[in-house]
Amino acid sequence: MARSTVPIRTGEDVVRVRQETRRYAIEAGLGLVDQTKIVTAASEIARNTLDYGKGGQAIIEVVQIGARRGVRIVFEDNGPGIADIELALKDGYTSGKGMGLGLGGARRLSSEFTITSTPGNGTTVTIGRYK
Amino acid sequence: MDRIPILKLGEALLVTIQVDMHDRLAMALEEDLTTRIVEHSARGVLIDISALEIVDSFIGRTLANIAMIAKVLDADTVVVGMRPAVAITLVELGLSLPGVRTALNAERGMAMIKGRIADAYMIPADEDEGGP
Repeated sequence: MARSTVPIRTGEDVVRVRQETRRYAIEAGLGLVDQTKIVTAASEIARNTLDYGKGGQAIIEVVQIGARRGVRIVFEDNGPGIADIELALKDGYTSGKGMGLGLGGARRLSSEFTITSTPGNGTTVTIGRYK
Repeated sequence: MDRIPILKLGEALLVTIQVDMHDRLAMALEEDLTTRIVEHSARGVLIDISALEIVDSFIGRTLANIAMIAKVLDADTVVVGMRPAVAITLVELGLSLPGVRTALNAERGMAMIKGRIADAYMIPADEDEGGP
């Protein structure tokens, strides 16, 4: 169970990202609340990848940082990108049909969160949760 | 496409979500419930989410929408059986489920709905007393 790559092309794929994230979170030894938080965060970002990034992929793996073990997911898309990341992270901000909690909510639920985006060249979001 | 089954129980509708819902399935449930509330003149909707391992912002919004639509159609919605880890995560996510009433389990939720149905049939005391 080195790592899994899940393509994100449909709503069913978002469910697959949730299931794979759960599998890796259990493998990493995370407790139930930590599992639930990272699976929920993964669901939010996977939906963004689908809806705003026009599809992409999630790479899921177990990561060891010093004494801490956890799960990390990297979401990549080749969509339009995000012009103003700070604005996109604000609660209530949405450019589409969502509630505007996706990015900001996922950041709160993760112990690692980075986002890089180039307008016109897609977005990469990395989230992780560690023991 | 799959559908979430909706059961009729007296004047209430009962939904038990047993699968990890993708977004279209959640939207289909919202539509189906709306149709059935009107079809059966339902007074209450009980949604059991005890099998749900997560509630993300989309599922949360769907539950809130169902509660709002039901309210407009004169029915109460009670969401029951939320797992503790899901409750903790929802709060941190920033989702407050406006307008959604919750109960710990199906039994308590059904008692809330039955109370509401009984109230609806109770004739207010002053109507019995005639004019001044």
